[in-house]
Amino acid sequence: MTALIDVENLTLKFRTDEGLITAVDNVSFSLGTGEVMGLVGESGSGKSVTAKALMHLNAKNAVYTPESKITLHTESGPVDVLSLKTPRELNIVRGGAVSMIFQEPMASFAPAISIGKQMVEQLQLHGDYTKEQAKRWSIEMLDRVGISDAPKRFEQYAFELSGGMRQRAMIAMALSTQPKLLIADEPTTALDVTIQAQVIDLMKDLVEEFQMGIVFITHDLGVVAQTADKVNVMYLGRMIEEGPVREVIRNPKHPYTQGLLAALPKLDDLDSPLTPVPGDIPSPLERPSGCVFHTRCSKIVGDICKAADPKDRVIDETHKVACHIYDEVPA
Amino acid sequence: MSDVLIRAKGLSVGFPIGGGLFKKQVLKAVDNVSLDIEKGSFFGLVGESGSGKTTLGRALLKAAPITAGGAHYSDGEVDYDLENITKDQLKDYRKRAQLIFQDPYAALSPRMTVRDIIAEPLEVMKLTKNRQETDARVREIAAKCRLNLEHLRRFPHAFSGGQRQRISIARALVSAPKFIVADESVAALDVSIQADVLNLLKQIQSDMGLTFMFISHDLSVVAHTCDHVAVMYLGRLVETAPTRKLFAAPRHPYTKALFSAIPSLDPDDRGSAQKLVGEIPSPTNQPSGCKFHTRCPFAIDHCKQVEPKLETDGTGHDVACHRWKELMAPQAA
Ligand SMILES: Nc1ncnc2c1ncn2[C@@H]1O[C@H](COP(=O)(O)OP(=O)(O)O)[C@@H](O)[C@H]1O
Ligand SMILES: Nc1ncnc2c1ncn2[C@@H]1O[C@H](COP(=O)(O)OP(=O)(O)O)[C@@H](O)[C@H]1O
Ligand code: SF4
Ligand code: SF4
Ligand SMILES: [Mg+2]
Ligand SMILES: [Mg+2]
Repeated sequence: MTALIDVENLTLKFRTDEGLITAVDNVSFSLGTGEVMGLVGESGSGKSVTAKALMHLNAKNAVYTPESKITLHTESGPVDVLSLKTPRELNIVRGGAVSMIFQEPMASFAPAISIGKQMVEQLQLHGDYTKEQAKRWSIEMLDRVGISDAPKRFEQYAFELSGGMRQRAMIAMALSTQPKLLIADEPTTALDVTIQAQVIDLMKDLVEEFQMGIVFITHDLGVVAQTADKVNVMYLGRMIEEGPVREVIRNPKHPYTQGLLAALPKLDDLDSPLTPVPGDIPSPLERPSGCVFHTRCSKIVGDICKAADPKDRVIDETHKVACHIYDEVPA
Repeated sequence: MSDVLIRAKGLSVGFPIGGGLFKKQVLKAVDNVSLDIEKGSFFGLVGESGSGKTTLGRALLKAAPITAGGAHYSDGEVDYDLENITKDQLKDYRKRAQLIFQDPYAALSPRMTVRDIIAEPLEVMKLTKNRQETDARVREIAAKCRLNLEHLRRFPHAFSGGQRQRISIARALVSAPKFIVADESVAALDVSIQADVLNLLKQIQSDMGLTFMFISHDLSVVAHTCDHVAVMYLGRLVETAPTRKLFAAPRHPYTKALFSAIPSLDPDDRGSAQKLVGEIPSPTNQPSGCKFHTRCPFAIDHCKQVEPKLETDGTGHDVACHRWKELMAPQAA
């Protein structure tokens, strides 16, 4: 496994009518080739904007602090993602070395252009393909992701496909440029469990085959357990826990991660009551002081939680948690 | 039978669709469904999208056209045959049977205060005599749904998803219904809040003696909240049983496949799922015989020709599959 992307001190704010809101607060993580990172957290925690930052794709009102740094390692050397400006420079992280798939596949397809035409255009934009080669490769990709009758689908429009097929077509398009990094933003959330299981299987096979790194965003810890090598948990823009998937799921350290796991209805224990995380996620306009989770934390250890933002504590080499409960060991 | 609130018999819902002038095509969204919903129960309805859950729920609320068969509603005060209910009866039924929507963001009018949103059914159905009575009723139901009185003056956009869903629930409950259809009511909520809304629904159900039809694509949620579950596929009921029985020993190959597709929380238990291939067929182009045969790993020729009937075993565990017994035998496992 070699380094693929390094995110350091990423802080992202948005200018809004109601003032500057903090969407991502000093987040750092790294991902290697062939590694799947699960990014979890409830809605509004900053998962999607973090992912978009990797492609320098956030809306115009986004403000990155000067300390924010994202480095993508490519064959031709490291790329400073946040310094990319022109469309040509940005090509490398938008469909080139980095591709993205979404919850709603229609977001990836222009409604009035056939699937094939879009795939060919994208390939020609990012690589040295003749039209004929691009077509052949696109059909091969459609076939590869389990779409039957690929030459026919190539000619069709996205709206003509069923939900599951559309999802596959989107994956085929995203992977056709052979990206090093795939960002999957809730790709299975809108699917039935049956189709979700198929898509998860497909993605696992593709990681194996293409050796890419994946940032897999989901709010479903079951999906994380089935796909990820490591997990990062976000809450209100903060990365509050990270570690290997087995560690985080079996031995969660942060009260929020513990709360998320406890709130899940478990099939092997129908007698246990459902335990919600108390309270509601605060509005980003009313970010709590100190530990951002203190307004809902049942383990709050005192005034320090309200006053001081907890630094990362190291549980072991790979498992980190941002919570005052644990003895301070410099990260 | 014990106390049944709603008994559906051969209930079907067809929607006329396209087709030429002379050959009208009908899309059978719900096809010959018979089931009993016991008074005071939390009745779960599961199945992939397109299987007809919403349509069945709406038919039981008399909000989708019943094209064959019917459903009998009997709550001790009134008895209605939903398939030929009169206008006056329907007016009364509207306050007895209510729907809780899925999307707490779309369901609430942004221009109305929370008080007005909750009060609207009372005013539309003229269930209260004056404003004082309406306000008293709104306050009572808001408190039951754990909404603060100061919330009542605000607009829904000021609330989080969980709070909005509590507002929708209060609105559904304000007419003192007996029967509630909750269609994907927690699907849009984060897990951390989902549990809170589910606990609230259960609390309300036992406090007010309500009967719930709980429609959900999330089987773990259904397992935890419902006491009886029905599984639908392409408009048909394929299996129904008390929750624990169903989850302990599912009989229909479709039910088994659904269960095994639930992603396990154990990272070391990957890929053990028995995967279902393909997708649910279009209801306008239905397979012959057993509708599941195009995806069933156990289909035999007989399945393609003859549609299996729902077999009742006397314990409330019914299944529609030609081969369920032989597939349940230990050597088949
Ligand atoms: N263009 C934008 N302008 C203002 N706020 C934004 C914009 N994009 C995202 N946000 C805010 O950033 C926060 C994080 O959003 P997002 O990353 O979409 O969360 P998640 O994907 O975890 O649900 C939210 O509070 C959201 O409202
Ligand atoms: N008003 C309608 N007109 C035509 N077809 C409909 C209508 N409502 C639902 N359907 C169709 O009926 C089938 C069942 O839909 P639905 O009850 O929404 O399923 P579910 O809730 O299980 O996803 C689907 O094929 C759907 O497209
Ligand atoms: S720092 Fe304090 S408030 Fe924050 S999670 Fe830890 S104990 Fe809870
Ligand atoms: S009847 Fe046949 S096709 Fe249908 S579920 Fe049973 S075994 Fe499968
Ligand atoms: Mg998102
Ligand atoms: Mg539905």
